[in-house]
Order: sequence, then structure tokens, then C-alpha cells
Amino acid sequence: MTPATHDAGLRNLLSVRDLDAAAAVRILDLAEDMAEVATREVPKLPALRGRTVANLFFEDSTRTRLSFEAAAKRLSADVITFSAKGSSVSKGESLKDTAQTIAAMGVDAVVLRHSASGAARVLADSGWIDAAVVNAGDGTHEHPTQGLLDAFAMRKRRHADASRGRDLAGLRVTIVGDILHSRVARSNVWLLHTLGAEVHLVAPRTLLPAGVGAWPVTTSSDLDAAIADEPDVLMMLRIQSERMHAAYFPHEREYSRQWGLTDERFGRLPAGTMVMHPGPMNRGLEISAKAADSDASVILDQVTSGVSIRMAVLYLVLSGAAAGA
Amino acid sequence: MSVLITGAALPDGSVTDLRIDGGVIVEVGAGLSAAKATRIDADGLRALPGLVDLHTHLREPGFEQSETVLTGSRAAAAGGYTAVHAMANTSPVQDTAGVVEQVQSLGEQHGYVTVRPVGAVTVGLAGERLSEIGAMARSRAGVRVFSDDGKCVHDALLMRRALEYVSGFDGVVAQHAQEPRLTEGAQLNEGVVSAELGLAGWPAVAEEAIIARDVLLAEAADARLHICHVSTAGSAELVRWAKARGVRVTAEVTPHHLLLTEDAARGYDARFKVNPPLRRDEDVQALRAALADGTIDVVATDHAPHPIESKECAWQEASFGMVGLESALSIVQQTMVDTGLLDWAGVARVMSRVPAEIGRLAGYDAPFSVGSPAHLTLYDPAVSAPFDVGRLRGLSVNSPYLGRELPGRVIATLHRGVPTVLDGELRDPEEVARG
Ligand SMILES: [Zn+2]
Repeated sequence: MTPATHDAGLRNLLSVRDLDAAAAVRILDLAEDMAEVATREVPKLPALRGRTVANLFFEDSTRTRLSFEAAAKRLSADVITFSAKGSSVSKGESLKDTAQTIAAMGVDAVVLRHSASGAARVLADSGWIDAAVVNAGDGTHEHPTQGLLDAFAMRKRRHADASRGRDLAGLRVTIVGDILHSRVARSNVWLLHTLGAEVHLVAPRTLLPAGVGAWPVTTSSDLDAAIADEPDVLMMLRIQSERMHAAYFPHEREYSRQWGLTDERFGRLPAGTMVMHPGPMNRGLEISAKAADSDASVILDQVTSGVSIRMAVLYLVLSGAAAGA
Repeated sequence: MSVLITGAALPDGSVTDLRIDGGVIVEVGAGLSAAKATRIDADGLRALPGLVDLHTHLREPGFEQSETVLTGSRAAAAGGYTAVHAMANTSPVQDTAGVVEQVQSLGEQHGYVTVRPVGAVTVGLAGERLSEIGAMARSRAGVRVFSDDGKCVHDALLMRRALEYVSGFDGVVAQHAQEPRLTEGAQLNEGVVSAELGLAGWPAVAEEAIIARDVLLAEAADARLHICHVSTAGSAELVRWAKARGVRVTAEVTPHHLLLTEDAARGYDARFKVNPPLRRDEDVQALRAALADGTIDVVATDHAPHPIESKECAWQEASFGMVGLESALSIVQQTMVDTGLLDWAGVARVMSRVPAEIGRLAGYDAPFSVGSPAHLTLYDPAVSAPFDVGRLRGLSVNSPYLGRELPGRVIATLHRGVPTVLDGELRDPEEVARG
């Protein structure tokens, strides 16, 4: 395969809602190609030689940052990383100032992680930079590459080598946990819907957003009923214990009892159900160790898929413009 | 200074000439003449009484990079206003006689509009102890409107005491109705759009719960209560209910809540970030109906200038607020007059006479009558143009209307008979200050 057979790029990737089914499938297919590269003796393509990708992480996320760095390097791009964890993005430095610093360096794409919802959209609309913008997680809004890699992992598990060209029509996906504060849930809901999957959300009422009624999903507070419904995919979201201080739920044990994937609940899942988690996991809280490490778990596939998906996205946003532009 | 206005259509539709001398209207009728007067041809223009804003943030003292009394007064005059009530969240806070007198005298010195300082209800807007309400009321500034605007007087006991105490000075407590615990970190109306955008919701009930409580407190205290920037259909319903019970409550709505909805936030453009937030279309329609039927008494701008950097950033890092003085009359025309909900006499009521009554500001009860102070504006409702940054005459440009086609244009404004705007242009500060 050569990625050059995939034409027309993406301008930016800000939200999965900007993708129609054909565009989403195209990214998943390109990621299949990219996954093959990883199996080669020299797992590297010259596709983005001479292009520069800036990883701009206002909020620390080692996993996502490393995944984007690996993706860019496998495509032979140069990578500059600005991370809040180091001193390259000082606390309180504005998006605008940092963006303009980066623009002066002639960067071709910016991978932005930010604690504020909409930050990637603001950067893309601002005119402060010419570079393509890839949203690597914005507040509680979206995490598009996570949504894509989850879809990729689901499709791969379901269709294996026959994945190419397929959507997720008919797949029944249940997402459990803190929907209100989850950018992963939002990206999954919209993308899975676009790809034809049926999405069911399970959470205490306090952690379902007001306005969820307008989403293309069904909702409930009953995980046991959801398990009895035998979903194809059960995705457990990370619960942050500080939520109990804001009265979203009483305490961790109660949460775990009502909405945790315990060994006992795991035992009731049909054999074919995929268990997913975007990580990092609180083992023993929202998911038991047994469930996380079982054959049903797709959690490690999710990590592997991450690099392929990010290669595909970087390739698409950078293949539109001329090198060095 | 003598001014002769010819051929102006008054709010009731009658066309007349007006002769102004010594700051008052001296003659009304057809075919007037005056030898050495400044003549204004008002043919085709609507004469309105000088507009009175109950809710303006002038930012001075303390935040002069956003606005000053002078620049805010100019923005007001450009929008047809002749009086503004300057909110108390300055630095230092307007919570003593000294500060309110300073703000008032800055207004007098510049002369574009009458600046009526609002006094803080509590010291430093901290919501803990009553400020020197009596001293402010009896000061040269004669404060009658008291508000912690920007913050809600959320403590029920303090609110009760404030209502009782202020009523002894013929004052009114203007409440910024926002239950603080229900709005921690709130960014946007809680609902469909906040759910999609992943922004913390500002639920309608956080406004309505405070209004429900406060109308009952006002009834129990037999005191005057004013509700700032009512933004939801439920709030309008509560005010309607309270008025039917005889509660002495008045309410204001902002131009932006009459026009814009939460959908404007979808692009995360922080110019649309305001507190209370833009709501649903159902709310907009209910607010228009409530203003038309008198449930909501007045339109107030909540003019809130901010420097560029506090809007050029991610939504949740941006400041709340929009400038509104220069655009208010156009928005009211578009949402209320052009829709047939209000006639020009109604506009004069909700933007001049009633806000003056609530603020206990004299001189606005009998506009266009011989002997009345000459506070008026001449407005051309027939023109329409894209609202551009050139129309903004204050220091800040955080207007949600830039680029939007808006009807109407203020052609002239007179404050105490002195033109502050002529031929659609602000006059120079020296000329205005000379009178
Ligand atoms: Zn307010």
C-alpha cells in the first residue's frame, strides 16, 4: 500500500462531528494501512519528511503526547513538543501568545491538548496561525482521535482482516460512567452514531448532562439492565473521586456497587462482548482487574490503535498543503 | 445654548418643531423659528426622550483599560442615552459616599450624560456586611439604586435586611439573581448546547430560585425590589405572578437577551459569553412578550466593556459581558418595534420614563413638554447597515453584533439642551463640557 492512494486531506480535526461516515471510514482504512507499516522491518514512511508537527500540551497527558509523537516520527515528520509539564508552556501563558510563538517557527500542524472546551476550535478560527489544528482533547468537549481509535479497535475486533471499507452498522455500544465530564464519551457518541452503531449511556443522573435528551442515544441509570441487554461493547469511563465532593455521588464504594464492572457483573456478560476503557483505569473502582485483563478486553488494542489512527490523521491534515508552506 | 429642531416625529407619531433654550424645552409647535439657534432638521426622524440606562458598567475607578466615565459616557450618548446608572463593581467598590461622589462628579465634569452611581449593597460586594447605604443615599450623589451586581446577594437574611434598610431611603435593591452554588464554574445556559460543547451549565433554576425567594422577601418587607437582566421564561413568569400579588417588584431585560440565543456559542466565540448566559429561543420569545405586556418594566444594557485579551481566548478563560450602549436602541427596534410588539411610545416608556422612575431620576416624566429638561435623541429608524467597530464609541469592542445588519441610527442626542451627538457624530469633549 501507499498512503498516496488516499487523496484530499482534512483541513483540521477539531470534532468528530465534522466527519461524515465516508470520511470517518476513510480515516479508519488509512489507519489500517498505517498499522501495517508498524509490522515492517523499518516501521517508518517518508510521507511527511520536511514537515513539522508541534505538540502543544497545555494539559499534561503523557500517553496521548507519546502516541502523537510516535505517529509523527513514523511518518518522518519533525516534532517539537511544548508541554506544561516542562517549562516550555509556562502556567498562565495564553493560547494566543503560544500559538504565535509556534507560528513564527513555521510549524505545519499543531496538536493541541487544552483543559478548556473549544480551545482547538478557537485556535483554528483565530487566524493566529496558518497550521492545521488537531484536537488532542479539549476540556470536557471532545477527544476526536480517541473516538476514532475506539471505533478502529471495535471494527478490528468485529471484522478482523475484513475491516476495510466497513462502518459499525448495528453494533450495540454501552458507555458507562461520568458522561457529563467526559470528552471521550462525547467523541464516541457522535462518531459511533455516524458509523451506524447504537449507543446506550449508563450513569447516575447526576453525571448525565442536562440536554442529553437531544443526543442520538438511549440513557439509563441501571448497569445491570444494560448488561442483561447483552451489548456488543461495554466501555467503562474513568471516574474521578473528586466528583463525590461535588455531590455527584455519595462515595466510591457506592459508585462501584452501582456502576462498576465488578467480577460478578463481568461474569454475566456474553462471551463476545468487548470490554473497553480509555484509560488510565482505576482498577477496582470502575473496572475490576479481572475484567480489564480478560480476553474480552480491548484495552491494549486501544493503545496500539492510537498510533495508527494518529498517523492517519496527521497524514490527512498535512497532505492537503504543500511541503514547507 | 439655543437649539431649534424642526419636523421631528414624537413617540406618539405627531410631528412638531421644538425650541430649546437654557437646557429646557421652551416652545413646542409647528413653524417655530429662532434667530441664533443651532438648527437640526429632524425631517423623517423619530424624537425619543433621552434614554436612561439602569445598568451600565463604567469601570472607573479601577479598570480604566476597559472603560472610563468619559468613554462610557460617550458610548452612551452615541446610543441615544442621556443618563446611565453606573454599577458598583469598580475598584475601589462604590460602597462609600466618597467613591459615589467621585464617580458622579466625573460624569458632571464631562457632561455627555447624567451619571448616577449605583451603591453597593454590601461592603466590597463581599455579601457579608451592609455598606454605608445611608451615607451614599444622603451624599451629593443621592444614590437610590443599590446593587452588588456581578454578584448575587445570596444570603437570605442579608437580602431581607437590605430590602428593609434601603426602603428607608426611598431606594431600591437591584438583584443580580444567581444562586452561587448552582452556578459554580458555569459557562453557558444549561441545556442542549452546553451538553454538546462540554461547558459547565448555568441552569435557569439558579436565576428563578433567587427571584422566587426575593419577591417573597420584598413582599414581607414591603420594599422595592428590582431584578437585573431577567433571562428566562420562568423568571418572567415569576415576576408576572409577583406583580399580580402586588409585590413592589420591577424587572429589566437586556437587548442581547431579546435577540440572541445560546446557539451563538456554538463556535466558542467568547464575544457571546455573558452573565446571565444567552438562553433558548423559547426564553427570547417569552422575554419579548413580557416586555410588551409590562411584566418586564425596562430595557437595560448591562454594558460590560472588557479588553481584547479577555475575549481572545478559550471560552472558559474569557470574561463575561458585552458592550451594549451603542447598539441597544437598534436591537430594541429590531426585536420589539419591527416585530409589532411595541410602538415608539412603548420604547420611550421602557427605555426612558420607567428606568428614570425606578432610579428616582427627575426630569423624565414629561418629555417634550414646555419647561421640561431637554434630554432627547433623534433617531432614524429607516436606515439599516452592518454594525461595525466604528459604531463603538467606548474603549472596548466586545460587541456581539459586529458584522450583523442592524436597523436604525442615532442622529443627534441632547443632554440638558446640549448636543452630545450631531449629524450622527459625537461632539468633542471640550464642546460638550462647555455646554
Ligand atoms: Zn449582573
